[in-house]
Amino acid sequence: MIRDVKFTVGPATVYAAGSPVVNTAADFGIDVSEIAELRVVHVRGDLNEVEWKQLADALLGEGDSGASLAQWWQPAGLAIDRTSGGTEPNASAAPGDRVVVVETGLRPGVTDREGAEFVRSARQLRYAVEAAAIGRRFLVSAADLDDVGLATLAARVLHNEVIERWSVGELAAAFIDDADTAPEVALVALRGLDEVGLAAVNRGRRLGLDPQEMIVIRDHFDSIDRDPTDAELETIAQTWSEHCAHKTFRASISVVDQNGDEVESVDGLLSSYLRAATDELDAPWVRSAFVDNAGIVAFDDDFDIALKAETHNHPSALEPFGGANTGVGGVVRDILGVSAKPIALSDILCFGPTDLDTASLPDGVLHPRRVRNGVIAGVGDYGNKIGVPNIAGAIVHDPAYTTTPLVFAGCIGLLPHGSNPTNAQPGDHIVVLGGAVGRDGVGGATFSSQTMQAATADAAGSSVQIGDPIVEKGLIDVVLAARDAKLYTAITDCGAGGLSSAVGEMAEVLGAEIDLALVPRKYVGLAPWEVWLSEAQERMVIAVPDAEPVLALAKRWSVGAAVIGRFTGDHKIVVTDGSASVIDITCDFLHGGRPRRHMTATVPDVSRPSRTSVDVDVAEMTLALLSHPSIRSNEAVLRTYDHEIQGGTVVRPFGGVAGDGPADGTTTIPQGTSGKTALVVGIGVNAVLGRIDPEAMAWHVVDEAVRNAVIGGADPHQLSLLDNFAWGNPTDPHTLGGLVAAVRGCRDASLAFKAPFVSGKDSLYNVFVDAAGQPDPVAPTLVLTAVGLCHNPAAVPLTGLVSGGNEIWFVGPLRGALGGSHLDQVLGIDNGGAVPPADPSAVGRHHQMAAAIAAGLVHSAHDPSEGGLAVAVAEWALGGRLGVDLDLVDDLEVLFGEGSGRYLVEVAPEDSSAFEAMVPTSARIGAVIAKPEVRLGSTVIDLDQIVDAYTNGVLP
Amino acid sequence: MKAPRVLIPVALGTNRDHDLAEAFTLAGAEPMSVPLTVLRSGEVSMDDFQVLALPGGFSYGDALGAGRLLGLDLANWFGDQLRQAIAADKPVIGICNGFQALVSAGILPGGDAAAVLSTNTPPPGLHEPRFECRWVTIGADRANPSPWLSTLTEPIRCPVAHGEGQFVSADLASLEARGGIALRYLDGAVSAAGAVSAAGAYPANPNGSVGDVAGITDQTGLVLGLMPHPENHIRDHQDPLRGRSAASGNCLPLFEAGVAAAI
Repeated sequence: MIRDVKFTVGPATVYAAGSPVVNTAADFGIDVSEIAELRVVHVRGDLNEVEWKQLADALLGEGDSGASLAQWWQPAGLAIDRTSGGTEPNASAAPGDRVVVVETGLRPGVTDREGAEFVRSARQLRYAVEAAAIGRRFLVSAADLDDVGLATLAARVLHNEVIERWSVGELAAAFIDDADTAPEVALVALRGLDEVGLAAVNRGRRLGLDPQEMIVIRDHFDSIDRDPTDAELETIAQTWSEHCAHKTFRASISVVDQNGDEVESVDGLLSSYLRAATDELDAPWVRSAFVDNAGIVAFDDDFDIALKAETHNHPSALEPFGGANTGVGGVVRDILGVSAKPIALSDILCFGPTDLDTASLPDGVLHPRRVRNGVIAGVGDYGNKIGVPNIAGAIVHDPAYTTTPLVFAGCIGLLPHGSNPTNAQPGDHIVVLGGAVGRDGVGGATFSSQTMQAATADAAGSSVQIGDPIVEKGLIDVVLAARDAKLYTAITDCGAGGLSSAVGEMAEVLGAEIDLALVPRKYVGLAPWEVWLSEAQERMVIAVPDAEPVLALAKRWSVGAAVIGRFTGDHKIVVTDGSASVIDITCDFLHGGRPRRHMTATVPDVSRPSRTSVDVDVAEMTLALLSHPSIRSNEAVLRTYDHEIQGGTVVRPFGGVAGDGPADGTTTIPQGTSGKTALVVGIGVNAVLGRIDPEAMAWHVVDEAVRNAVIGGADPHQLSLLDNFAWGNPTDPHTLGGLVAAVRGCRDASLAFKAPFVSGKDSLYNVFVDAAGQPDPVAPTLVLTAVGLCHNPAAVPLTGLVSGGNEIWFVGPLRGALGGSHLDQVLGIDNGGAVPPADPSAVGRHHQMAAAIAAGLVHSAHDPSEGGLAVAVAEWALGGRLGVDLDLVDDLEVLFGEGSGRYLVEVAPEDSSAFEAMVPTSARIGAVIAKPEVRLGSTVIDLDQIVDAYTNGVLP
Repeated sequence: MKAPRVLIPVALGTNRDHDLAEAFTLAGAEPMSVPLTVLRSGEVSMDDFQVLALPGGFSYGDALGAGRLLGLDLANWFGDQLRQAIAADKPVIGICNGFQALVSAGILPGGDAAAVLSTNTPPPGLHEPRFECRWVTIGADRANPSPWLSTLTEPIRCPVAHGEGQFVSADLASLEARGGIALRYLDGAVSAAGAVSAAGAYPANPNGSVGDVAGITDQTGLVLGLMPHPENHIRDHQDPLRGRSAASGNCLPLFEAGVAAAI
């Protein structure tokens, strides 16, 4: 008899007083003594009593070999013998407490790797198990907890409604019901609708199209005498979405001054600024830029590297773990989508203050602490499981990120030179590799191209998913084996828009026909348009002349694979579901029919009041800056990321004597290469300057990424850049004006540094609209990644000071700018003053510095960036557990000012004159001392205080 | 002499197979990574190899516990072949997830002794167990005669990267008595050569393992399991203390010892 049986598995994870879970509950006004968490496994199967018990012993107990740490049992009231598994522990309730049970479970259809493995293993052991689903059981001990409090606890702390269900007491099993009948293709009556009618369709289906675009679509179908199918309309909406079509970056923009007079007309930010700079530079090392899933640049005689950085902001705001998880998965597939082996990950994360008062948290917004914990866990989970080291990143905290947290994920890949085929032929089979399709992840591209609202969490639930990194690890193995065997003629990843986008892009020139009946599905009951548009993760699409070898290869690696159609050469996308027609649309209209946007941008007003003087205790301020949320140590986060796998890591994000000193650029010698060349990653980001002067910010951020790369050993004559813009609503002229200014800053810096952009990604509409309709836009943010090559890895400077008696030199102007500085952030004021200006003279200093490093003259170096010289010196001393004696005047611009093209350098006394000759823009400012203290002119700070401040509240 | 062949089985989710293959290549062996599906089909047989090396990773996504389902595979499908290999004096090594699988399958510690690899003890001040990646210093237990350890006269250094690596055993004393403790975490913050006992303290002992145990062997000494990743410190540039410490603690000798034992 088929029945559902539920097992509970211990040991319990106990969250005691003082733990983050209990603290977070307290933040919401809910006092609990303790929460114990157990795992639940719901199983559906046809087993007898003895078999149920055997199965649980085999898969959930420790069996005979272990020290009986894991136990299983069944909750009271069910028939099976409980003796083998023991009994549920009592929550250690304080006297007077009562214990309430709360259970949660994944919504049916959400990725459940553990449930799937339970089924696979049970069947391998010959048990007749049909389905399994994982859940959690919480035993909440509290003195006084009413229903409202319990509901708040469940909603805000214990579960996420986007992916989970919950119940007080027992939560019934929920499996996907396969008995649903599949909806059929429907027509959407567009013909004859006026603008009001079109707007209603646009809104009702959450298409996110412009009014002008709706008109063009109506007129197109008018001209072919029929209405579009739902699948056609959704496909067009996905293809034309901001996410896929970058319509703001391709729009013609009229730039007007404060009076509304046009001062410039921009014929597309991408083509006239970013790509134009790359074309003008015409760098010989660029293999491909802006055309594919990722940029490709030369590495050495044998290999190229592929570069990509992505954003995953909207999903991460709603389901932090899943959003960040699938963000990493997506950027890894971008790299795989140019036939490269993923070899390094980066993540730049922007959150609100983790100590934010919950009372000021708008409805529909997760607390920054919860977002941070979930995002970090999601990034770590995916990277660790696919086996790609996380080697670079940053975490920025600012109140402007509370409602719109930002998640930037980057990936670098390695491929033999010329091994990415892009020549699909008519007649080639279209093969989809990887997971099956479900209703999860339908509509992600259109969702991420719109502003977030208080109610978005309800409506967009299906847009957010949990990743399955184990499947993606298999995909990597299969794709690389297929690449080496030259089995495919073209490849792309299935990302936003699912098959509609992947096949649509691959077939842009040739055209294709697809039968959706051949697409593997998680369950029946999906409408054809859902199968076509599902963004189910962990899938790649390849074009193959011969299907058999690739299907066999996939089977060998336990990865799903199916032939779903073929390329035709008739320039049409024709999709059927068995015999039913789903889509019949020309490539011309799909890819060329979108009317161009015309937008207006207002030049930002960057005038600033001059500064008034402030009194600052230098020691106190240095320590306060070291504790600033965006400066203090993230080592504890990095330790949860595998930064060592693949054995290539040379310079890690943290290094030095105790492994806690922050590095600048990070350096990797890819596995399987000669070892003579390393790749270096530098990252620049700033949360504040973009609000004051976006153009100066862009320059500053490029310079920071370049500085970091140079310290990591990169040759600044051969850098490649990636841009990631996260901005607000571009239909607001002031918001767009800032974006135009920032892109112009990028263009100018790119040309000055002779460093081409090779890929990029813009994320717009990062605006939260609260329940009262008030918009709260994100801090305009640019993340800049610079990737360079190091030709002498042995000469790369160490992280942290190396040896007492060495000299300390400063490269560049000693005085920095205080406008928009971290000093002002700590003081809690905007004290005016100029921000760090664009500084073309920095280029020469980067080149001098790189030459000195290559010559082996630099023992260690550090970048005076956030917090200026004082903070950088303190971090540097901490890294080496050594002291520093600097001859400096007490001047805030010297100690805390920020600027471009500046370095702190440790040089041996005997190399002093050689260094000065190579870096004429430098000055000797002091020496490394053995005594553990930092002397900044008249100020003396103990190294112990520095370690405390930097790791303040941050565990090792 | 012909280089020994090393079999590296790869399950869905295994991910340090390339690193392990690189270490054995540098140690003079001929490694081959083989998907479990291929081993099960009989297309490739363990008989054709002289060393068996189970790599790190997240086999089956760590579902139901790290290494558990791979251990089930080992016990169900490859139990006889494994026993024959050990009986034929073939060295076997399991690293991280491979170690977890050998323990889950009951091959380690072997005999009457029982042990498990549990979730890491939370670092001081933290409340929840977590994945931990950091470099550690480990030293061979002199009482252990395993051929894998024959070259390890000095401590070695390499990273750990795991969430479930806490060695727990009620039989620690009997394991020690039989020489079954292979490797222990040491406090070697600056210099591997000057390392002292980790004394159970984080971060030198990164996961709270009892007795600072980082690795164990079975009764024959041929089967070594350890949580740290010696395959990630086989070249000097991998060392985060390069340029600061004379004794780097390179781990290649461990693999060379295993390869030598197979010849």
